[in-house]
Amino acid sequence: MSSDKVTTMQQAVADLVRDGDTVAIEGFTHLICFAAGHEIIRQRRRDLTLARMTPDVVYDQMIGAGVANKLIFSWMGNPGVGNLHAVRRRIEKADPAPLEIEEYSHFGMVSRYMAGAANLPFFPIRSYYESDIPKVNPKIVPMASPYDPDDEVYVVPPLRPDVTIVHAQRADADGDTQIWGLLGCQKEAALAADRVIVVVEEIVDDAVIRRDPNRTVIPGAVVDAVVEEPFGCHPSFVQGYYDRDNTFYLEWDRIAKDPETLDAWLDEWVHGLANHREYVQKLGDAHWDRLRPEQALSGEVDYGRYA
Amino acid sequence: MSDPGASAAADLGYSKNELMIAASARLLVGVKNCFVGVGLPNIVCNLAQSTVAPELLLIYESGVYGARPERLPLSIGDPTLATGATAITSMYELFAYYLQRGLVDVAFLGGAQIDRYGNLNTTVIGDYEHPKVRLPGSGGACEIAIHAKRILVIMRQAQRSFVDELDFRTSPGHSGDPAHDAARGWSGSGPTSVVTDLATYTFDEATGEMTLVTLHPGVTLDDVRANMGWEPKMTPDVGVTPPPTVEELRIVREVLDPGGIYTS
Repeated sequence: MSSDKVTTMQQAVADLVRDGDTVAIEGFTHLICFAAGHEIIRQRRRDLTLARMTPDVVYDQMIGAGVANKLIFSWMGNPGVGNLHAVRRRIEKADPAPLEIEEYSHFGMVSRYMAGAANLPFFPIRSYYESDIPKVNPKIVPMASPYDPDDEVYVVPPLRPDVTIVHAQRADADGDTQIWGLLGCQKEAALAADRVIVVVEEIVDDAVIRRDPNRTVIPGAVVDAVVEEPFGCHPSFVQGYYDRDNTFYLEWDRIAKDPETLDAWLDEWVHGLANHREYVQKLGDAHWDRLRPEQALSGEVDYGRYA
Repeated sequence: MSDPGASAAADLGYSKNELMIAASARLLVGVKNCFVGVGLPNIVCNLAQSTVAPELLLIYESGVYGARPERLPLSIGDPTLATGATAITSMYELFAYYLQRGLVDVAFLGGAQIDRYGNLNTTVIGDYEHPKVRLPGSGGACEIAIHAKRILVIMRQAQRSFVDELDFRTSPGHSGDPAHDAARGWSGSGPTSVVTDLATYTFDEATGEMTLVTLHPGVTLDDVRANMGWEPKMTPDVGVTPPPTVEELRIVREVLDPGGIYTS
């Protein structure tokens, strides 16, 4: 088995994320790779277009740090808390610089990744009827069915990120990746991308993957780098590994309100640390113990052996 | 500024959120499945499961079908929604095979602005290019509004949120032309109820216009008028919203939100 894809976050970002790229760090509340966002900030990438269904705190951190000048999204906010202050400053006041936006609905964003992953020129959905969203985004286009001119759908274009970064519970060294819990659109975003970084809690032997093939969502064939980064999603969560750190999401609201406290936070927790391992150490064992869930094992299924 | 809903409710031993929760849960009588949002709708659906809709199945846009949360979820992607659920789908499956196909009976929506026909704005206050306030955007709301068979709206009522004209129409409600609405061919029939901190409303079948049905205890018609941007249409016999029962309050306070995060 090839293992030359296994690398560090620092190396993966240095090799695969370039200034001006369209980057998707996906994850729907679950499996949001903050460690990758922090490394991109640390390496001071510039002029990125950030894509994601639900830009939340990690994109607020990245946009506050000045790595991006455009955002493609369907819902932005700090879930359960409120606003993204750094993003709003840039959109509402161009402070300290304007931020270009391109917005869809959730179904539209998912469908853009579907078209990208499936190599289709567009994807039809039944949405946007009588909404103002297509008026502000000319890429959302009405189209009559070729089989029934009275049946109108809207189409959205493929989204093909230069780089998609997804977090997962586990992968083998070749990048065959397994996820359980909320799936988000990790699969579609990875398969739509030109380059893919998979970040996992654990790199496992491929025999572990092969024991439960239904759980594999991303094939190693599309993966360029595999990074083992325990707790790499904090304050987001990894089902079965650690809980969402809701306290931090509340705290971020206070930190991001003022650009100075935001900069101070970035200095202390990103630029001031060499890597995510130092972040994990800095938070301390008691913090991680508090976030560890009780066990809730799935039952096993019998695939049968057909020799 | 006076807050008629709050002062009246305080006298009566429940908060206005508790009244909104109880009034909304009763709208779910007999409902089989519901697309749940975070916050109040989540508590509403859990209360309905214990009272008027024991078979109610919870669907979350994060891909969870048949959730059985063991704690109050603080977001629609909380891990407690995954553990013990009937199914977890990809986001595409959830939107395409469940919502777009017409499987969702009821969904809750809200917004920064609503108009008399139940159109909602969750995108922007002010001009889109130069916003006064940039809001979160659609999320799944636009397609939910089109496809869920019934839309229930829970919102605080104020002049700035119940407006004569939206700054931006994120999610379509009724058009004001029933013939047009009937010809849309959507699987959803649009908003059917609105529950605010002051009153409850339905939508007139002939005109699609929001119609006042009950005032909350202690709230006057003048209070309602002072907190909306148009003259409200009314049912001939506007009643009083039944207050939460002792049992409803017990479930909300002891079981669903013991920390009082959403209800105090």
